[in-house]
Amino acid sequence: MKKLFKLILILSFFSLNSVQTFAAEKVDYLKTDWSFKGLFGKFDRAALQRGYQVYTEVCASCHSMKYLSYRNLSEEGGPEFSEAAAKAIAASFEVTDGPNADGEMFTRPAKLSDKFVMPYENVKAAQAANGGAYPPDMSVLVKARGGGVDYIYSLLQGYEDPPSGVTLDDGVYYNKYMYGNKIRMAAPLSDGIVEYGDGTNASVEQMSKDVTTFLMWAAEPHLEARHQMGFKAIVYLIILTILVYFSMKKIWSRVESEV
Amino acid sequence: MSDHDYRPKSKVGQWFNDRLPLLTLANHLTDYPTPKNLNYWWTFGGILTFCLITQIITGLTLAMHYIAHADMAFESVEHIMRDVNYGWLIRYIHANGASMFFLAVYIHIFRSLFYGSYKAPREIIWIIGIVIYLLMMAAAFMGYVLPWGQMSFWGATVITNLFSAIPLVGEGIVTWLWGGYSVDNPTLTRFFTLHYLIPFLIAGLVILHIWALHVPGNNNPVGIDIKKPSKDTVPFHPYIVIKDGFALLMFMIVFAFFVFYTPNILGHADNYIEANPMVTPAHIVPEWYLLPFYAILRSVPDKLLGVVAMLSAILILAALPWLDTSKIRSAVFRPLYRQFYWILVADVLILGYIGAMPAEGLYLLIARVATAYYFLHFLVILPILGYKERTLPVPLSITEPILGGSPNLAAARHRESKIK
Repeated sequence: MKKLFKLILILSFFSLNSVQTFAAEKVDYLKTDWSFKGLFGKFDRAALQRGYQVYTEVCASCHSMKYLSYRNLSEEGGPEFSEAAAKAIAASFEVTDGPNADGEMFTRPAKLSDKFVMPYENVKAAQAANGGAYPPDMSVLVKARGGGVDYIYSLLQGYEDPPSGVTLDDGVYYNKYMYGNKIRMAAPLSDGIVEYGDGTNASVEQMSKDVTTFLMWAAEPHLEARHQMGFKAIVYLIILTILVYFSMKKIWSRVESEV
Repeated sequence: MSDHDYRPKSKVGQWFNDRLPLLTLANHLTDYPTPKNLNYWWTFGGILTFCLITQIITGLTLAMHYIAHADMAFESVEHIMRDVNYGWLIRYIHANGASMFFLAVYIHIFRSLFYGSYKAPREIIWIIGIVIYLLMMAAAFMGYVLPWGQMSFWGATVITNLFSAIPLVGEGIVTWLWGGYSVDNPTLTRFFTLHYLIPFLIAGLVILHIWALHVPGNNNPVGIDIKKPSKDTVPFHPYIVIKDGFALLMFMIVFAFFVFYTPNILGHADNYIEANPMVTPAHIVPEWYLLPFYAILRSVPDKLLGVVAMLSAILILAALPWLDTSKIRSAVFRPLYRQFYWILVADVLILGYIGAMPAEGLYLLIARVATAYYFLHFLVILPILGYKERTLPVPLSITEPILGGSPNLAAARHRESKIK
């Protein structure tokens, strides 16, 4: 009985840690198997490249990604575009630089070291262009939402006609996964809105998965390095713990006592 | 302590030691007689030292890259996460390290509560510990503000606003704390300064904590005074060092799991949204380790009384050595106290759970009952228990229960092993 009581205490402690997650996760999100979950989780390179395409052709017209640089696109653990490809991507954007020797600002093609060019100059401009709603920056969006990747993945596919009795204002859409179900963003994806270079069928489901994978990488660019190091670190710690355990037993065998 | 006999072997050592007795100190620390029946709950002191050192080292490294400015703090944290070499590792160790620190300190405190380690002659150790705990909470709270996310900003707003409950001068104090008329850049820079300072205050207090411990020596699971050194003790090195090391390694495995595989699970998603004074998050929730006190705060309808209740919940611990009237230290020999102890543990966990929930309806009712019980435990149950409780016979030496003695002691030992 007492043991049971203690067990309940311990369990309730651990559930306490995830209370915040549970509180935000009352909805059942759509599930898919993410390659980056688990002890050895890695990004699906092709999905990241396709995801970047969806981001740049669809999302980037409203959503900024201001903490990423073009060089990140060719770095290890990311989409791993070739450096030439990343340079070409960068060069397709114009950035304002300066002042030059004459004190004038000028525009030039972006370089690898430049941050992703933002679609709007500032938050106010973004709001003005989107009926007052600010399209959030996507750099850490996955980590900034309670349901994480599952939430984003579901939201992209959660658009439907409002149930009877729900009236929507102009420019407001119904999404069954959105908090409060009302969203200011029109359904961004439709079948075939992008044309994948690798021949993958660009269904809404496929694009949702690809772009969510890309957003996960954008939020956690060192995820692969983290998983690899974590495995090594924990194996190392376990071996060391075992060695120290036997050393401890040996040392304590000199005294009449348990350890 | 038999420090007086120590004399370094080498001439140079003697010359140095006569001028600054560092070698005597080192000898004292290695020879320090420790009860040999300490169980693994006693290893958390060493684990906490490790936590403090880890936080200081990772914190110093982060401070080299972090920018304490309202317009740049959030961005500089992302810079650390993306562009600083192993910045993600350092930051995740620091952020999860805070949670690990509190996990360890709660086990440490509840170990003390179970075995009566706060009782005479160890009151000063206990009170220094409470001060350390208070400083830890201050440091953790201010540290959470530094990334300047939504929870940082609104958490800072809620907590600093508590001071406005003070009659007459409250509003003035809040303005003074903020350095302005709202939480803004001056608040951030002072929080950063204090967050940098407090760990060193804690380090100083830890030295006093250990110093005060080394005067009477460790309490032990049997809770009786022992002769030091004697057959009941072992020298700190190598016996306790290796045991603490073993426990620390197991702790580090858990720590590593959080850092490498679920680094954000203990944080709040909203803190990855940059602070925005115009948008209030749906629920403002503190970090998990502050939730029980947050629940106590919200369970009182009056703001000022709520703040008083919250502070009292912590400060009441400082009076514990005098509120607990029982002469017996260890709960192993206090059958009634043992039950009330576990009820208190459950009560605190319930408060923690409620702290994460909205303060309404049934939650509010449970919070009020749990808050009332918390104070009841310390102010009524403990003082009365000392007089009413029929304690079990206490052994004369710790060697007896370990080697098995009379039937009673064997029973005590059995119970003790169950607690382990």
